[in-house]
Amino acid sequence: MDFINAIIVLLNYTIIPALTYGSQLALGAIFVTLIYGILRFANFATGDMMSFGTMFAVLLTYYFQSLGINLGIFPTALITIPLATFMMILYMLSIDKFVFEYYRIKKSPPVQLAMVSVGVMFVTQAIIRIIIGPADRTFLDGEKFILKASEFKEMTGLNEGLTIKSTQAITIVITMIAVSIMFWFLNKTKTGTSMRAYSDNEDLALLSGIDPKKVVLITWIIAGILATIGGVLYGLDKSYRPFVYFNNMLPIFAAAIVGGIGNPFGAFLGGYVIAFAEIFLTYAYKKFFTYILPEALEPNSMMQILSTDYKFAVSFSILVIVLLFRPSGIFKGKTL
Amino acid sequence: MRQYTNVITAYLIMFTLIILVGIFQSWSIALTILNYCLISAVMTIGANIQWGYAGLINFGIMGYTALGGLAVVLISVAPVGEAWRVGGLNMIICLGVIIVMVYSIRLTLKKIAKSKNRNYLVAAIIIIGILLLRLISEPAIESIEAVEPAKTGFLGGLGLPVLFSWIAGAFLAGGLAFVVGKVALGLRADYLAIATLLIAEIVVSIIKHEDWLARGVKNVIGLKRPAPYEINLQKSPWFIDLVEKFHSGKLALINSVSEKQEVLNQLVIDASSVYVKLCFTGLFLTVVIILLIVTQKALYSPWGRMMRAIRDNEEAAGAMGKNVVKQHLLIFILGSAIVGIAGAMMVTNDGLFTPGSYRPMRYTFVIWVMVIVGGTGNNFGAILGGFVVWFLWVEAAPIALFFINLFTAHLPETNEIRVHLINSAPYFRFLVIGTALLVIMRFRPQGILPEKIIKN
Repeated sequence: MDFINAIIVLLNYTIIPALTYGSQLALGAIFVTLIYGILRFANFATGDMMSFGTMFAVLLTYYFQSLGINLGIFPTALITIPLATFMMILYMLSIDKFVFEYYRIKKSPPVQLAMVSVGVMFVTQAIIRIIIGPADRTFLDGEKFILKASEFKEMTGLNEGLTIKSTQAITIVITMIAVSIMFWFLNKTKTGTSMRAYSDNEDLALLSGIDPKKVVLITWIIAGILATIGGVLYGLDKSYRPFVYFNNMLPIFAAAIVGGIGNPFGAFLGGYVIAFAEIFLTYAYKKFFTYILPEALEPNSMMQILSTDYKFAVSFSILVIVLLFRPSGIFKGKTL
Repeated sequence: MRQYTNVITAYLIMFTLIILVGIFQSWSIALTILNYCLISAVMTIGANIQWGYAGLINFGIMGYTALGGLAVVLISVAPVGEAWRVGGLNMIICLGVIIVMVYSIRLTLKKIAKSKNRNYLVAAIIIIGILLLRLISEPAIESIEAVEPAKTGFLGGLGLPVLFSWIAGAFLAGGLAFVVGKVALGLRADYLAIATLLIAEIVVSIIKHEDWLARGVKNVIGLKRPAPYEINLQKSPWFIDLVEKFHSGKLALINSVSEKQEVLNQLVIDASSVYVKLCFTGLFLTVVIILLIVTQKALYSPWGRMMRAIRDNEEAAGAMGKNVVKQHLLIFILGSAIVGIAGAMMVTNDGLFTPGSYRPMRYTFVIWVMVIVGGTGNNFGAILGGFVVWFLWVEAAPIALFFINLFTAHLPETNEIRVHLINSAPYFRFLVIGTALLVIMRFRPQGILPEKIIKN
């Protein structure tokens, strides 16, 4: 019985939150990796672009709520995703048209494009703050919990409760669906194959008649979809605050590089690697050990490897270690 | 002389703008802006050495700035005797453990051939070391933080004059740059950018959360200053005499004695803050001029030529027998050390150390915009960039407010759009900075004052 309690503790406080957070990071990381693989630059505006899409979802949610439209037990934000994505793609395409295209045609070095993306980051941040302001906003409605701790205790008779928030379930399910569709598209369709070809070898791809404009367009569309979904899911699960989204860029970068930048599947797994490492290394295991160890050995301290203050530092340290020992990433991305 | 005309014109325009702020807003604000411009200029000199001379991209400026600020606390604050008594010994032992760890790792890496066992040995040393560190430091940290937590709760510093901390800041930042450079300089440019960005983030999070070191987010206030305090100035007779002499014409117009005294008092209060700021301006200007002369000399020395050669073609420079790795490391350390000085200057100027305020937006990306807008590879350009961008950063909000009022003048006071826009005026600075960067990158990628190669 104690053993099951211990497992429930781990599930409740580490595994489920890590899966949720990992899914959100994974979506962002695939976004970074797609841009890096096909447009060939590190996009420093990642976090703010995600924030931009989410902003529309938040505003539309408020609008729909005022109209009285809702999805019952599901959050209203889910119906706003298609519209928000559309706005996001429009924004991305216009940024590409007015800013990035010039440097792509000139074949500027990636550093210059990265620097330009810093400019885009500033402008995007300004637009977001002017439209919606820097405040913290929650836009979750509908049913909050799928499974409450007390219900679980009653059902099983265990000491420890298991809580599953609806946002956690929604995040994991939607991520799985979105990512599977994306991989199917990249691997099985002709357009997806041409994208991969372009990413692998631009010259050869051009030689075999692949239209670079189309590849770039499709890339931005997929990136827009992923960025908006990732941003909205994060906002539903935590809350929407522009500054936090900017900060999230850092673990997202870490996830993309750990997974091997340029490799979407690596980025997907990288998100989970970062999330699990962050949560496992900063969780206080005291409760877990009190269950599985005999009474004489019960720990006095919190049994915490690192204080939760260092949550971000964990992912950055992993990244630095990976960069030093395996710069192409754990799952072999583009060779550097 | 002719080649310097554009430099002189650009700087004249900049100073006119600051003087205009002095006339239209107040001299105190103008001097504050000028001081921050000078600090930014030091940062851009540092970043320009790395990016302009050597082509190294360092997005970790925030980390070095924070270390410079930490140096001010560690050097100038008086030591907290009680805290040293309860936990000082353990902290010193911890330092010893870290040194032993580093040396033993270096020794294993040197003596034992590359193998799996070596990796395990290194991992074992690190894990044992960390366990030891936690065992020794945990009780010490607890008792240090318990010493008057509202006022101290940290070890304090050395109690030396604050100007020493500028040098110490340079050494701290340079030391970090040595470690970072050793491990990360081999990476490709955009990877280096990301790695340095994240390392800076780690450094700041350590400063934020290790309360025994510098009180973390509880901030250290009331730091020493290299300039007199306003309160003391307002009481000293020579200063009051000086103000009286300076404003004698204005004061002579007032007849009543009590009224005269009142006006004089107000003038003294205003003048004292201006005087203190002028003292800082003088100090900062000295630093900027010294750095400018040194970096200018370096740029046109054989060493500077070698750096440019390495930047423009690493392979060719390597083939000519230049040690590219060593030079990159050297310039990474030098540039970071200069940024460290700037960080120390800024904390000295503010008189308080607030680790929570170090954010990559303000301390990394804005500095980079300065370097790129000003002119990479040209010291005069980089300094000008520091001035222009800081000026825009501060003045963007008032200017935006002016335009918002102008364009929405026909709308009623309570119009929702107008109120919303007026409330969001401070965020226009991001828009201005971002647009400036995009425009410069597109139409004048070499910056306002481009790099000039003088051939003898």
